[in-house]
Amino acid sequence: MAEANPASPPVVTPVNSGTAWRRLGAALRRHPTAIAGAVVLVLMVLVAVLAPWLGTVDPLTVSPVKRLKPPSAQYWFGTDMLGRDVYSRVIYGTRVSLTVGLAVALAATAIGLAIGLVTGFVRWLDAIVMRVMDGLMSIPSVLLAIALIALTKASLTNVIAAIAIAEIPRVVRLVRSLVLQLREQPYVEAAVASGTRVPMILLRHILPNTVAPLLVQATYICASAMITEAILSFIGAGTPPNIPSWGNIMAESRSLIQIAGTILLFPGIFLSLTVLSVNLLGDGMRDALDPRLARRL
Amino acid sequence: MLGYALRRLAATIPVMGVVALFVFSLLYLSPGDPAAVIAGDIATEEDIAKIRAKLGLDQPYLVRFGTWLVSLSQGDLGTSIFTGLPVTTLIGQRLEPTLALTLCTLIVAVALAVPLGVLAAARAGGWIDRVVMGVSVVGFSVPVFVLAYGLVLLFSIHLEWLPVQGYSPIREGFWPFLRHMILPSVALGLTYMALIARITRASMLDVLSQDYVRTAHAKGLAPGTVLVRHALKNAAVPIVTIIGIGIALLIGGVVVTETVFAIPGIGRLTVDAILRRDYPIIQGVTLLFSAVYVLVNLLVDLSYVLFDPRIRY
Repeated sequence: MAEANPASPPVVTPVNSGTAWRRLGAALRRHPTAIAGAVVLVLMVLVAVLAPWLGTVDPLTVSPVKRLKPPSAQYWFGTDMLGRDVYSRVIYGTRVSLTVGLAVALAATAIGLAIGLVTGFVRWLDAIVMRVMDGLMSIPSVLLAIALIALTKASLTNVIAAIAIAEIPRVVRLVRSLVLQLREQPYVEAAVASGTRVPMILLRHILPNTVAPLLVQATYICASAMITEAILSFIGAGTPPNIPSWGNIMAESRSLIQIAGTILLFPGIFLSLTVLSVNLLGDGMRDALDPRLARRL
Repeated sequence: MLGYALRRLAATIPVMGVVALFVFSLLYLSPGDPAAVIAGDIATEEDIAKIRAKLGLDQPYLVRFGTWLVSLSQGDLGTSIFTGLPVTTLIGQRLEPTLALTLCTLIVAVALAVPLGVLAAARAGGWIDRVVMGVSVVGFSVPVFVLAYGLVLLFSIHLEWLPVQGYSPIREGFWPFLRHMILPSVALGLTYMALIARITRASMLDVLSQDYVRTAHAKGLAPGTVLVRHALKNAAVPIVTIIGIGIALLIGGVVVTETVFAIPGIGRLTVDAILRRDYPIIQGVTLLFSAVYVLVNLLVDLSYVLFDPRIRY
């Protein structure tokens, strides 16, 4: 394993984190699509934060007299079958999607990183943990989340936990493969030879080199978590119905497709745009930080 | 080869073991009382006790897991709480539409994505390439059900070309079957297509820069022959791999697609089970789909021999 072929470059090039950030900035400037993604994402964050001041009314107010109004000056996206303002519901739904995307990305990356670092260095744990991860990865993530949700009370926290558990194995895999490559680097060998203790090696030499690939991975996890949340809410296994989320709005309007299809269209467009912006940002970062990183499923 | 195949088959046993253990243990690991959650809000203490006994939650964990594994090995996936029917029977009744949908999607996706990926690579930087790459980014971003409703609104409600929803078995006529399959297959297949087209393009780009491709061009072979016979065959391994891994996407998507188009398949069974908190069904479907995923990827592994004679087992 230690024989190095001088002709081929090492798979992981250690980078100084300062230059990495500068490279990231420069590369993002070269990718107009990534910039567009960032702009849309910032807009969505603003929409989520400023939801109460964007001309919205209480998204839960029911007014049966005004059911199923088409889009108009007063109801921009129309009203649903309970007379609730679809525009307000879609705007408030931004909060759910962004919260779930961010929370799942953070949780899955942090837990996966911890497990991956330890298994990459503690060999006897490696075999056991990787078998468990292989097993978890064989369960299609939507089904894994469904199974988890079916046994717990519906809540946003449970949805986040269920999606994060399904995403963790992929992070562990990535971190472990990075650690296994980095362990062979001369500077890590030097640190081991000079008697640096394992926790210190992980912290000083391994961890900084996992930041770039993990950042890209976290972006893709964020995108797929938002899709999974919408899917779960849509099939009735996600965000509780009293919180307006894009998946919920579409689920409630399912039977209305023949008479008021536009209700389905608006949350769908918001969801697709948000996921697209995160994906574009992720692609831009991947090209900038680690062109060899293959696109995750 | 046979020895290798058997060894690989044996290697799937621990993976499936972990899947079984995990799906089984969820009942015990989940916070709170799963029997109470399954019973619902209006259940009495008695109902909850009944469900607890039915799920075996009143017995020790290991005893229960042992009995469960034994019945699982005999092909018994348990009994539905709501209908009282064996889960295998329920799955069996719903198998055909799901099988039809996944196969149609698989065929449509592979038949479109591979040629598009090849063309994109052959004219890298050209307009086909840009369109394919652009559509593939969109394909990753538009969730199955959003695309499905978009298609229904356009082709079924606005243009009235295709049925809004429903399923027509193939034995009741091929044309009605096909009409009902077009929109679901396209909706379900887009993300999968995006994935396959991207990998095909990347893999082809790798191969096209090889010396033997230049040699083939230099000796005057037709460009099409070079692309398909020399390049695509050598680029096949990553493509076949991603077709296998992508099955996970299809399986997750089936649940949603069947809900949108009211197709009475396993996905619909799962969604109904969620609403009734019928955990044995969810458990059975999860196990079945995971097994399918593992087996498909085993077949993919074994198929490498067909594409690359250098691979020997």
